[in-house]
Amino acid sequence: MLRVRNLKCYYGKIRAINGVSLSVRPRELIALIGANGAGKSTLLQAICGLISHWEGEILFEKVSLRGFKPPAIVQRGISMVPEGRMLFAPMSVLDNLRLGAYLRYRRRDHHGIAEDLESVMDLFPILRERAGQPAGTLSGGEQQMLAIGRALMARPRLLLLDEPSMGLAPFLVRLILDTLVRLKEQGMTILLIEQNARAALQIADRGYVLENGQIVLDGAAGELLADQDVKRAYLGKDYREFYEGRA
Amino acid sequence: MQEFLQYLFSGLTNGAIYSVIALGFTMLYNATGLINFAQGEFVMMGALSMITLWMGCRLPLPAAFFLSIAGVSVVGLLLERLAIRTVRKPHPIVLVIITIGASILLRGLAMLIWGKDAHSAPSFSLHAPFEIAGATLLPQSLWILAVVLVIVTGLQLFYRKTLTGKAMEACAINKRAASLLGIPSERMVLLAFAMSAGMGSVGGILIAPITMSSYDMGMMLGLKGFCAAMLGGLGSSWGAVVGGMLLGILEAMAVGFFSSSLRDAIAFFLLLLILYARPSGLLGVKAVHRF
Repeated sequence: MLRVRNLKCYYGKIRAINGVSLSVRPRELIALIGANGAGKSTLLQAICGLISHWEGEILFEKVSLRGFKPPAIVQRGISMVPEGRMLFAPMSVLDNLRLGAYLRYRRRDHHGIAEDLESVMDLFPILRERAGQPAGTLSGGEQQMLAIGRALMARPRLLLLDEPSMGLAPFLVRLILDTLVRLKEQGMTILLIEQNARAALQIADRGYVLENGQIVLDGAAGELLADQDVKRAYLGKDYREFYEGRA
Repeated sequence: MQEFLQYLFSGLTNGAIYSVIALGFTMLYNATGLINFAQGEFVMMGALSMITLWMGCRLPLPAAFFLSIAGVSVVGLLLERLAIRTVRKPHPIVLVIITIGASILLRGLAMLIWGKDAHSAPSFSLHAPFEIAGATLLPQSLWILAVVLVIVTGLQLFYRKTLTGKAMEACAINKRAASLLGIPSERMVLLAFAMSAGMGSVGGILIAPITMSSYDMGMMLGLKGFCAAMLGGLGSSWGAVVGGMLLGILEAMAVGFFSSSLRDAIAFFLLLLILYARPSGLLGVKAVHRF
């Protein structure tokens, strides 16, 4: 569905992504993990058109995305939940959701929009309760739900998420990630970027590990979870094991 | 009392004009964060093209009215396409200087087209002036107030009820987020330029019958509109209206009770005062940042 081949991105003269290749198949949930500054966000930004200076190849459903601006990419079926949520804080929850369907309003798909509005609010019932409230008054978790709901309103076939767990309490992280699993079960294809590697790999089918702009490891999520290097670098030390291992 | 009422009428009339001009500033600022110092020239072009179309070409009033607005909106559109979007590094201060340059250019072109003489137009309707408690109210003042009311309500509806209005606001809040939802931000900016130019031209069209119009009228009107927008709070539509009305009334009172030489001083005195005491304006909510 999505295929990235030998991608190189530059920030000025600095190469942030250095020859990355990855693929996402239909109905897969892929986790892309890596430390701060590894190039995860840059990669997503290249896919959704926010960065246009890249080399290599990005194909979505066998069509190259080169030269496409973000609106055109949304039109093709890729939606992104950006880092930091980027909600329209003074506008109501409902308006935020509606704006997610901007292109569909332009196509006069009013019936489909009303349907999706319902299903997003079924997915996140709290959004229905707060529909009239300004988005800026929501709590962090609710804002993340709204950000995801807003992206879904475009009815994407591929959903990109940039650090959806950032700044959230553990039980909210759980809730958000469970939602992603449900979306996947409903047929959505998802590419998830996370620093919270353990949580991401627990729900993912496959994972890629990004380091200094390169993929250093990839494989089934379970394998990555068990991998010694990944454990050491991203999952944090399991102190009991560590301690017992020495004793 | 009679004097006071007379000054109030004249203040409200001018204030309504300042309000429309201020709305033009505010609406563009909202959508792009830019202050367009060529706004006054749109007012001038509105007035002069209206006079040409109505008096010169003998078009019916409504046709001249809407054609002038359309024409000036196109100029606003061209300004964005040719001078603003082409800037490689769109730093705010660069864009502001470009708009000042554009205003000088437009003024020069207007001088070539309409000459240096002042032009005038008759009132929209030939009704005799109204007498209210001894003060005279010109029918044109009622026209002005009515049209301004329609514009303010229309603008509110545009922002509150239409998807395009909301999309425009979304672009202003966060351009990246808007484009990630598929909202074409460039087209929104273009639309904002056209609409704010159109708004300025309405100010000019309305004022044409009660003043002499010439190629150099735009600068002072633009600055007064800017003062009104700052006074009410940049970015707030109602602020623009309140600021415009306040400015118009204070100006009229100062001229009436003190001296007509105070007319222009009032606006700039108020501007300094508001910048000193409350930079976000009377109704402004956003913190104004300096660049």
